[in-house]
Amino acid sequence: MTAQAGRALQLSGVTRTYGTGSAALTVLHGIDLTVGEGEYVAVVGPSGSGKSTLLNIVGALDRPTTGRVLLAGEDLTTQSDARLSRLRGTHLGFVFQQFFLLDRRSALENVGDGLLYQGVRRAERRRRAAEALRRVGLGARLDHTPAELSGGECQRVAVARALVHRPRVLLADEPTGNLDSASGRAVLELFDLLHAEGATIVVVTHDESIAARIPRVVAMRDGRIESDLHHGAAV
Amino acid sequence: MRAGLSPADRLRLGALGLTARKGRAALSALGVAIGITAMVAVLGFSESSRADLNAQLDALGTNLLVVEPGQDLMGDDATLPETSVEMIARVPTVRSTAATYAVDATVRKSDRVPAAQTSGVVVAAAGPGLDAAVSAELRAGRWLDAATSDYPAVVLGATAARRLAIGPLDDGVRVWLDGQWFAVVGVLEPLVLAPELDAAALIGTGVAQQLYGDGDDLPPTTVYTRVDTDQVAATRALLARTANPSSPSEVRVSRPSDALEAQAAADKSLTTLTLGLGAVALLVGAVGIANVMVISVLERRREIGVRRALGATRAGIGSQFLTESVLLSLLGGLIGGALGVALTTAYAVHQDWGVVLPWQPVLAGLGCSLLVGTVVGLYPALRAASVPPTEALRSI
Repeated sequence: MTAQAGRALQLSGVTRTYGTGSAALTVLHGIDLTVGEGEYVAVVGPSGSGKSTLLNIVGALDRPTTGRVLLAGEDLTTQSDARLSRLRGTHLGFVFQQFFLLDRRSALENVGDGLLYQGVRRAERRRRAAEALRRVGLGARLDHTPAELSGGECQRVAVARALVHRPRVLLADEPTGNLDSASGRAVLELFDLLHAEGATIVVVTHDESIAARIPRVVAMRDGRIESDLHHGAAV
Repeated sequence: MRAGLSPADRLRLGALGLTARKGRAALSALGVAIGITAMVAVLGFSESSRADLNAQLDALGTNLLVVEPGQDLMGDDATLPETSVEMIARVPTVRSTAATYAVDATVRKSDRVPAAQTSGVVVAAAGPGLDAAVSAELRAGRWLDAATSDYPAVVLGATAARRLAIGPLDDGVRVWLDGQWFAVVGVLEPLVLAPELDAAALIGTGVAQQLYGDGDDLPPTTVYTRVDTDQVAATRALLARTANPSSPSEVRVSRPSDALEAQAAADKSLTTLTLGLGAVALLVGAVGIANVMVISVLERRREIGVRRALGATRAGIGSQFLTESVLLSLLGGLIGGALGVALTTAYAVHQDWGVVLPWQPVLAGLGCSLLVGTVVGLYPALRAASVPPTEALRSI
């Protein structure tokens, strides 16, 4: 039990094949990967290396063809779709390259949506959303819509939305891909800060310079883990 | 695990898609609005006209029974026995009787009009109390009374007065009735309960007796009977036998208010046609909503994916789109209901009817739009629910 508690994520023998028969395309070949509580991991690789597919599976958005995925000790491969949805809502937080905020709604409402499907009442959602926005340094921007915010601020709203329900793991897909370098750096510094506060973070990126500042880098190529390096010092 | 979305959150989510695309929402609700408008308005019109008729009947009374001679076994016109008026008056549930009597005479505007030109105006003698029995109202002059009924005086029905070209009743307006001048003392408004008297020239029984009686009593043509309001059916069954005990089958008893109600009910063909057109408009509107919703699902695959990533279940996504479709249709229903009420009110005011707000059609219309929104929303909702959560991370 104590051993389990230390692991936020555990993948063993995970493969993912699209299609069947001669048209079958195997994108992941027997991935074994364990991410401990509080770890900050970068998954890097060129496009087509399978890192997005891996993120889908780790994020409970897709199921592996074979193998097992444990999220906080729970096996994702045997869960119903509804249960997977709830697990996403409670244990996982997503940050997307294009932010995916709702245009006409304020930052507060967008972040509140991170609690919507957990059945949290509206007043409580707003209170916790305001708290999360203050945590990402947007306490003064609560009522701004995405159109009134810069790209970097939008991504910080998205991070707040991914954090507001206190997930076990924060998953980020190219979080700086749509940002200028200064805004990108600000988002990464925010991740550093969250990591320092104990959050488990997995960042998927093709950008080696981002990976360089992250303590553990998992490199993928052709659906396999090519290397898994811990280079202690970061921040 | 805590409960899912609260009803208020469901509504908010459903309304979100509409407020984001207001113009499109308004246009796609329009079809349903037109359909519901047509249905509410046409039902409102017929409800108002029926209410108007009921008010008229309330004023005129529904307890009038009319006894007329029918036909005998040979198919010839029968007559009522002379005693029938008295006999009917003795029935305990009969409150009053009054009769018209056949008079073999013609009436013309003057002696210069050829005798053959009777303009379809018939002459009859009006027994005492006939005006009350048929709820007659006078347009001008007065009814025959004890004094005028023995003298050559005549009261004309509305149609008769028009055909004889009788203008204002100044002193000395006369008509030529069978070789003698009769003074016109009154003109009636059209009679709702006894339209057969509209084309009649009514003279007093006294003068009729003198001129056409041949010593016998005049045979009654029609007996107008007011009966106890709660005994109409029972009395009606008795009257034929009472009027002509020897051959009751030669007597026809009718209730004019029934005929009016039946006529109002028969006036439904236009209502049905318009209802059908409204239903077609509603159907077209429903298809429009389904179409818009399917497009909306295609456009919002990414939003659906992100919501799935935030923890929305398939059912949660489906219910969001179903709610949106129902709200869209209800919006159309509300607009249609309001327009329908407005049209009904305007039409009722125009027709001088009392305004009857068509609550039932409005509620039915809202129910219809609710049903339409649910039915046409199901398919788009299923499509939305089947969008895979991986859509959130699909690169553009």
